[in-house]
Amino acid sequence: MLEISSLRKTYGGQGREVEAIGNITLTVADGQFACVVGPSGCGKTTLLRCLGGLLTPTSGEVRVNGQVVTGPPDGLAIVFQEYGRSLFPWLRVGENIELPLKSKGLPRAERQQIVTDSLKAVGLADAGKAYPWQLSGGMQQRVAIARAIAFQPKVMLMDEPFAAVDAQTRADLEDLVRTVWKRFGMTMLFVTHDIDEAVYLGQRVVMLSSSPTHVMENLDIDLPDDRDQLKTRSDARFVELRTHVYARIQEAKGANGQSPVPTAP
Amino acid sequence: MTRTLGRIALVLGLPAILLVTWWFASAGSTSFYQPPLETIVKVFPDTWTAARFKSDVVPSLIRLFIGYGLALVVGIGLGVLIGANRRLRSLLEPILEFLRAIPPPVLVPILILIAGIGNPTKVLVIVVGGVWPVLLNTVEGVRGVDDVLSDTCRSYKIHGWLRIRTFILRAASPQIVVGARQALSICIIMMVIGELLGATDGLGYTVVEFQRGFQIPEMWSGVFVLGLLGVLLSLAFTLVERRVLNWYHGARAAERSGH
Repeated sequence: MLEISSLRKTYGGQGREVEAIGNITLTVADGQFACVVGPSGCGKTTLLRCLGGLLTPTSGEVRVNGQVVTGPPDGLAIVFQEYGRSLFPWLRVGENIELPLKSKGLPRAERQQIVTDSLKAVGLADAGKAYPWQLSGGMQQRVAIARAIAFQPKVMLMDEPFAAVDAQTRADLEDLVRTVWKRFGMTMLFVTHDIDEAVYLGQRVVMLSSSPTHVMENLDIDLPDDRDQLKTRSDARFVELRTHVYARIQEAKGANGQSPVPTAP
Repeated sequence: MTRTLGRIALVLGLPAILLVTWWFASAGSTSFYQPPLETIVKVFPDTWTAARFKSDVVPSLIRLFIGYGLALVVGIGLGVLIGANRRLRSLLEPILEFLRAIPPPVLVPILILIAGIGNPTKVLVIVVGGVWPVLLNTVEGVRGVDDVLSDTCRSYKIHGWLRIRTFILRAASPQIVVGARQALSICIIMMVIGELLGATDGLGYTVVEFQRGFQIPEMWSGVFVLGLLGVLLSLAFTLVERRVLNWYHGARAAERSGH
């Protein structure tokens, strides 16, 4: 369960205050898959860092599983966008996944078991002994997802995790995230700038305005639960939903004084 | 196979040419201070006997290893502390820059005044010389750790000693190794300097004794031993570095190939 109430975040500094987040109120129910989209520079990452306890909000409050967030909360894992910088290059893949479990104080045998299971869950059963930099970008992000799974979080935050991988890999990873979410049933908050990705993945899409950011619209995605890259994306309802989201995001950009991009026919 | 041979030839080629040149150029030398290389080579086995190794080389090495070890421990320890703490850093940086700028040999007379001429002073001389490059490089390395990795540690609750051991020290290790390598050669120099003043054994002491006794070929042979020691220690260092920074070179190579 994720509860965000009247969250505001400004970055201060020499007479010029930048309001990254104006006022966000948002609740994600237990086990829900919510995607957050918004125009670029709308403070998506700031929001996610506040949720993860890595940034202190200027005002307002964030609760994870009922607890007010003052630092990184228990039972929450983050998958960062920069996979190349979030895995420890001096540790092997298996050790990368094991490290947070060490700090949890789990015994060795149990840690090994969890590492094996999580690697299997992301389709990298044989990669435990490799170093992250020996893997492709997509595989590295799989490792980061495996590490998050191994942490056994109730809430998982993903910060544009597939922004830096190629389209093919991206489709595979999207399906992987859906599979993982279904299997482990965690609450998922997935931040992306890709509208199609948001509609394809989520049960719900939260649209943010441009900065100072607030929630522009909450949209339920009433697509069948079984998503398929070919079928779902060519589904008439999918096209309808993505067109709606696209139009709203363009609207948000226009409201910010930027020249509006012509809408897709 | 031919490649390996080629590399060996390349590494040993120039030293071999220089030695041969020296050998023939000095062959007919009658100068007392520049004896023929042949004479130096001839006195070598009689000068550097097992007994001499035990009485002079081993004490030098023990002092070197203790001094170098302490320089590493103190340099890395303080470096992590200072590098991780912005306030402490801005407070101490001017002082550290000043202390580093003092050539360590000038501290030797002062240290002797304060601490006498025993073994502890000789070790201290080595520490005082070697600690700076380690300390300053560690500070730089710790200061430059990656933000995303730092956030990763925070959100996965990797704290305390586990964090220092598996994150900070490893992330800073490429820089620490640079400092440690500089420190090694400085420590060898400081080891010799410490033995030039008021010592009763050691490599530096032996060389000076030969010089004072006008045993010039023996003195030259001592210089050779010091040079060889430097080469061997540097080789050993490279082996350790390869193990410690294996990941770093691998990651760099992967980056270059556009992975």
